[in-house]
Amino acid sequence: MKVEEFAKHFEMNVLTSEETLNKEITGMYICDLLSLVMSKAKKGDAWITVHTHLNIVAVALLAELPCIIIPEGISVEEATVNKASEEGVAILSTNKDSFKVACEAGKLL
Amino acid sequence: MKEGIISKEYVIPANDFAVAGEASSNVKKILIQLGVEPQAIKKTAVSMYEAEMNVVIHAGGGRAFVEIDEEKILIKIKDDGPGIPDIDLAMQEGYSTASDEIREKGFGAGMGLPNIKKYSDIFNITSQIGKGTLLEITVFFKVKEFIKI
Repeated sequence: MKVEEFAKHFEMNVLTSEETLNKEITGMYICDLLSLVMSKAKKGDAWITVHTHLNIVAVALLAELPCIIIPEGISVEEATVNKASEEGVAILSTNKDSFKVACEAGKLL
Repeated sequence: MKEGIISKEYVIPANDFAVAGEASSNVKKILIQLGVEPQAIKKTAVSMYEAEMNVVIHAGGGRAFVEIDEEKILIKIKDDGPGIPDIDLAMQEGYSTASDEIREKGFGAGMGLPNIKKYSDIFNITSQIGKGTLLEITVFFKVKEFIKI
């Protein structure tokens, strides 16, 4: 499923540019420990994290994750959004918690 | 520069999380362009990023020296930081001296050095108190025929 379709289906706010929405989501990974994300997340996973600093973009790029989902309405720093847009990583925002997002996404992915 | 070798040097700035990871990201792009297989790229990217973050967080910055030939990539990460008093302890998963501020960023869980060891094919670490630390990371490529340097 494309990131754009995923965001629309789950009514998530797209924070990054339109160009970041074309990649394919094939799975999901939830973790706030960056070493573990780099080590364990699979290429194509949508990544749910509460971190919003710039390094999440670097981690998503290295692990080849098409999008980062920020749950619980947590606001994301502008610099992070800009960097993600520049690097082609989508950032989606939702008011739901990680469990709810994963349960819903699990039915589709 | 020897024939058949790509050499790169990167400055890793201290405490600058805005540019942290740029060296490993750049090396990853080079390996993709060379047609290196995904598994070797992942091993290189993870181990180099972890090493880069260690230098940003613990060592007040440093330098990365990268050499790529048809068989492997060799990454040397050198810093002039405080050094590591007990390398065996530092290599244990879960051991960390990172501050709370660093931990709040999702780092400092004591997984950096173990991750580097796990993802590299050859890993050497030497450290001198008050002088700094040198990491040497080698990742071998399996699919050599795609790489034309």
